[in-house]
Amino acid sequence: MTPFTLSEPQRHLEAQIRWQPVELAFWLATLLPFVFAPNYLVLASQIAITALFALSLDLILGYAGIVSLGHAAYFGFGSYTAGLIAKWGWGEPLTGLAAAAVAAGVLGYATSFIIARFRHLALIMITLGLGLLLAEAANSAGWLTGGADGLQGVRMWKLFGAFQFDLYGTTAYTYSLTILFLAFLLARRLINSPFGLALRGIRENAVRMPAIGAPSPAHIRKIYTIAAVMAGVAGGLLAQTTETVSLETLGFARSADVLVILILGGAGRLYGGLVGAIIYMVARDQFSGINPQYWYFWIGTLLIAVVLFLPNGVLGGLTRLMRLVRSAA
Amino acid sequence: MIASAFGVLFDGFAYGMLLFLLSVGLSVTLGMMNFVNLAHCSFAMLGGFVTVTLTNDLGWPFLASLPLAFLSAALVSIALERVLYRRLYGASDLAQCLLTIGIVFVSVAVAAYIYGTIQQPVNLPSYLRGSVAIMGQSLGVYRLFLIGVSIVITAVLVAALEFTRFGAQVRAAVDNQRMARGLGIDVDRVFAVTFALGSGLAGLGGALAIEIVGLDHAFAFTYLIYVLIVVAVGGLGSIAGSFVAASLLGISDMAGKYYFPELGAFLIYFVMVALLMWRPLGLFGRR
Amino acid sequence: MNALALATRGLDKSFGSLVVAKDIELKLPQGERYALIGPNGAGKTTLINLMTGMLKPDRGHIFLGEKDITALKPEERVKCGLVRTFQINTLFPHLSALEAVTLTVCERRGYARSWWRKLPAYGDAVEEAHAILVSLRLAASCYRPTRELAYGQQRLLEIALALATKPKVLLLDEPAAGVPQGESAELFSVISDLSRDIAVLFIEHDMNVVFRFAHRIIVMVGGRILVEGTPREIAADVRVRDVYLGGTRHG
Ligand SMILES: Nc1ncnc2c1ncn2[C@@H]1O[C@H](COP(=O)(O)OP(=O)(O)O)[C@@H](O)[C@H]1O
Ligand SMILES: [Mg+2]
Repeated sequence: MTPFTLSEPQRHLEAQIRWQPVELAFWLATLLPFVFAPNYLVLASQIAITALFALSLDLILGYAGIVSLGHAAYFGFGSYTAGLIAKWGWGEPLTGLAAAAVAAGVLGYATSFIIARFRHLALIMITLGLGLLLAEAANSAGWLTGGADGLQGVRMWKLFGAFQFDLYGTTAYTYSLTILFLAFLLARRLINSPFGLALRGIRENAVRMPAIGAPSPAHIRKIYTIAAVMAGVAGGLLAQTTETVSLETLGFARSADVLVILILGGAGRLYGGLVGAIIYMVARDQFSGINPQYWYFWIGTLLIAVVLFLPNGVLGGLTRLMRLVRSAA
Repeated sequence: MIASAFGVLFDGFAYGMLLFLLSVGLSVTLGMMNFVNLAHCSFAMLGGFVTVTLTNDLGWPFLASLPLAFLSAALVSIALERVLYRRLYGASDLAQCLLTIGIVFVSVAVAAYIYGTIQQPVNLPSYLRGSVAIMGQSLGVYRLFLIGVSIVITAVLVAALEFTRFGAQVRAAVDNQRMARGLGIDVDRVFAVTFALGSGLAGLGGALAIEIVGLDHAFAFTYLIYVLIVVAVGGLGSIAGSFVAASLLGISDMAGKYYFPELGAFLIYFVMVALLMWRPLGLFGRR
Repeated sequence: MNALALATRGLDKSFGSLVVAKDIELKLPQGERYALIGPNGAGKTTLINLMTGMLKPDRGHIFLGEKDITALKPEERVKCGLVRTFQINTLFPHLSALEAVTLTVCERRGYARSWWRKLPAYGDAVEEAHAILVSLRLAASCYRPTRELAYGQQRLLEIALALATKPKVLLLDEPAAGVPQGESAELFSVISDLSRDIAVLFIEHDMNVVFRFAHRIIVMVGGRILVEGTPREIAADVRVRDVYLGGTRHG
C-alpha cells in the first residue's frame, strides 16, 4: 500500500501505527545480552517469558479494561500442559508449546463466557476465585502435578533436533525471545486493527458500546481467549526452559506480580509490559540476596507511588516528560 | 476424623462469626463508596498484633487488650483514609485495587520485620479456656464467648443503623449516594467515620481470631480471600447479608475440612464462583 | 399518517416504590419529528432507556416497525435501526472523534471482528466516518482526543456516533443540554436537516425550539403520558399549562 493512495484521514490513522525508530532500537537492544552479558542469558530468558505474560495481560487489561486478579491460571495451565507432555515422553519443544497454547486457549475460551458477563468488583472477585480454584485443584491433584514438590522429570529434546537447552541459557533466550517477538507482532497487528479499536472502545466507555451497536461480550470473549493462549505459551516456555513446574506458576502471587509489572511499565501501550518486566526482573535479581519480605515492602511502596504519581506507568511518565521537554524547547 | 454434626455446626458458626466481624466493615464501606479496599485485613492484622504485644510483652489481660485492638485499627485507618484513600474516590477500580494491594504488601512486610514469620501465641485467661457441657454437647468456652461478642455487636450495629441519626445517614448514603448528597448529607464524613468503625471491627476481629485461626505476618493476605467471599456473596452494604454469608462460609468451610480434607479450600472457592455466577450482586445485593 | 416506525404498548417500570413509567403507549410514525417534553424527573430518559433496551420494562412491549423487539439486546436493537444519544455525554474520552465514528461504522459493516488487517486499510469505513464528521462541521478537530473537544463539539459527536449506525429511528435525549441558547438553534438545524427517512424523537426543554422543530409533542408527567398533540394543541392545553406554570420547569 503506497501512501499516495491514502486519503487524509487514512494517512492520519496510518501515522499513529507506523513503526517508530525507537521500537526498532528496542528490539535490537534485546540482542545485546548475547554479546555483553552472556552470563545473564538465563535471566534474560526469564525476562522474555515474563514480558510475554505481561503482554498478554495488557491485551485484556490495558486495551479492553478487564481487570484480572487471576491471570496466572492460564500461565500455570500452559506450564503444566507443556511440562506434563515432556514428562510423559514427548520432549519436542515446539509441539509441546503448541499444546500449551491450545490447552490454555480452551480454558480461556470456556472461562471467557463467565468473564464477559461481569464488570467491576464482581469481575475482580470472579477472576480471583477462578485463579484460586485452579491453584487449589492443582494442589489437590498431587498425583498429576506433583503437588507442593512441583513437577519433576521434565526432559526437553533439542530444539529443531539441533540445539540443546544448555546451562548458559543461550538456546533458552533465543527461543523465548523469538516467541516473544512473534507474539508481539501478533499483538501489534491486533491492536491496530478494527477489532483493536473496538477493544479500546470497551475500555473507554463500556456503556456506550451497545448504543453504537457493538457486541462487547463477543469482543471480550475473543480477546480473553487470545490473551489466555498467550499466557499459556509464556507458561509453557517457562516449563520447557527450566524443566520443572511448580504450583507457584498458578498462584495468586504470580497474578499480582504480573499486574504490578504491567502497571509499572504502563498499561495499554504494548511496550508497557515489556519495559515493566525488564525493570522488575532485573531489580529482583539485584536484590535476590535480601529477604523476600523486604522485597514486597518495596514493591508495595512502589505500587502506591505509581498509582498516586505515575498513573500511566514508566512509559506514560516518559511520554509526558518528552512532551514537556519538547514544548519547552 | 469423626465429629458430631452438631460439633461441626457449632465450630463452623463460631468461625463464621469471626469472618463476620472481619468483613462487615468492608461490606458497608464498599456499598457506600464502591471503594475496592483490598487492605481491609491489614487492619485486622494490626489489631491482632496489638493484642499479641499487649498481652505477651506488656502483660495486659486479654480482655483489656481488645478495645485497644479496635482503637488502633480505627486510628490507623483514619490516617490512611486521609492520606491515601481519599485521593482515589471515583478513580478506576483498578487504581483502587492496586493502591490497596500495595498497602497489603507493605503491611505484610512490616509485620514480618517486627514479628518474624512465625505463628504468634496468645495467652487466654483461664476462664476462656476449656469447654463446658451443654445439653450433652461439649462446647469450647472461647467459641461461646466469640459467638456472644459477635451477636452483641451485630445487635448494636443493626440498632444503631435503624435508630440513630448517623445510622439513617449511612443507610441513605449506601442506598443512593447522589441522593444523599442532594439531601445535604456530608457523605465523605459519613464514609470516613464508617470506614474507621469498620476497620476497628476488623481490628477486633483480628485480635479475637488469634485463638481460632492463628496469626502470622501473612494474615492480611490469607483472610482477604475469605473476607472478599463474604462480601461478594452477602452483597454490598448489607449487614444481614454479611451475617448470613459469613455463617454459611464458616460452617461449610469447617464441614469441608472435617469431611473432605483432601479437597482443601477447593470447595469454598467453587461455591463462591458458582454463587457469584448465579447472583452477581450477592445473596442480599440490590444494585 | 405514515406507517409506525416505533411503538410501545403498555410499558411499565418502577424503581422500588417509585413509578417512572406507567402504561406508556407511544406511536412514532416514519419520517416524523416528535418532541417529548415534561418536567425533570418525569421519566423521559427512563423511557428512552426502556425503548433502547438499557433497562428492562416490568411489563409491556416495544415494536420497531412491525417487529417486536422487547426481547432484543441493546446492540441488536441498534442493528435493527433504533438508536439513541445521551443526555450526559457518553463518549470515548481517549479516542479521537474520527476513531470513535470509524469504530461505529466498522461495527455496522461487520469489520470490527477482523483483527488481521490494519484499520487504515478499511478506506470505505474511514471515509464514511470522515464524511459524517464533515457534515456535522467537526472535521477540523476530528483528530483530537474526544476529551479535548469543546463541550458543544462533544454534543455534536454524540449525534455523529448515532448517525454512523444508519438509524431508522433516532431518540435524542436533550441533545442541546448544557449548550448556550444561541448555539442550540444551530444544533437543531442539524437535526432538522436529517434525512426524512429517519424518524426522530427528541427531548428538549426550550419551548421555542420544540414549537419550531416538532411536528407533534408528547407531554410526560410523573411517568405517564399526559397528552399528545400538535404544537398548537399543546400550546392551548390547560393541563399542560398547569404542569409548566404551576410546577417546575427546569427544576
Ligand atoms: N437507575 C435508577 N434507579 C433509581 N431511580 C432512578 C434511576 N434512574 C432514574 N431514576 C429516577 O427516576 C425518575 C425519572 O428519571 P428520568 O427518567 O431521568 O427523568 P427525566 O429524564 O424525565 O428528567 C427520577 O426521579 C430519577 O431519580
Ligand atoms: Mg433526562
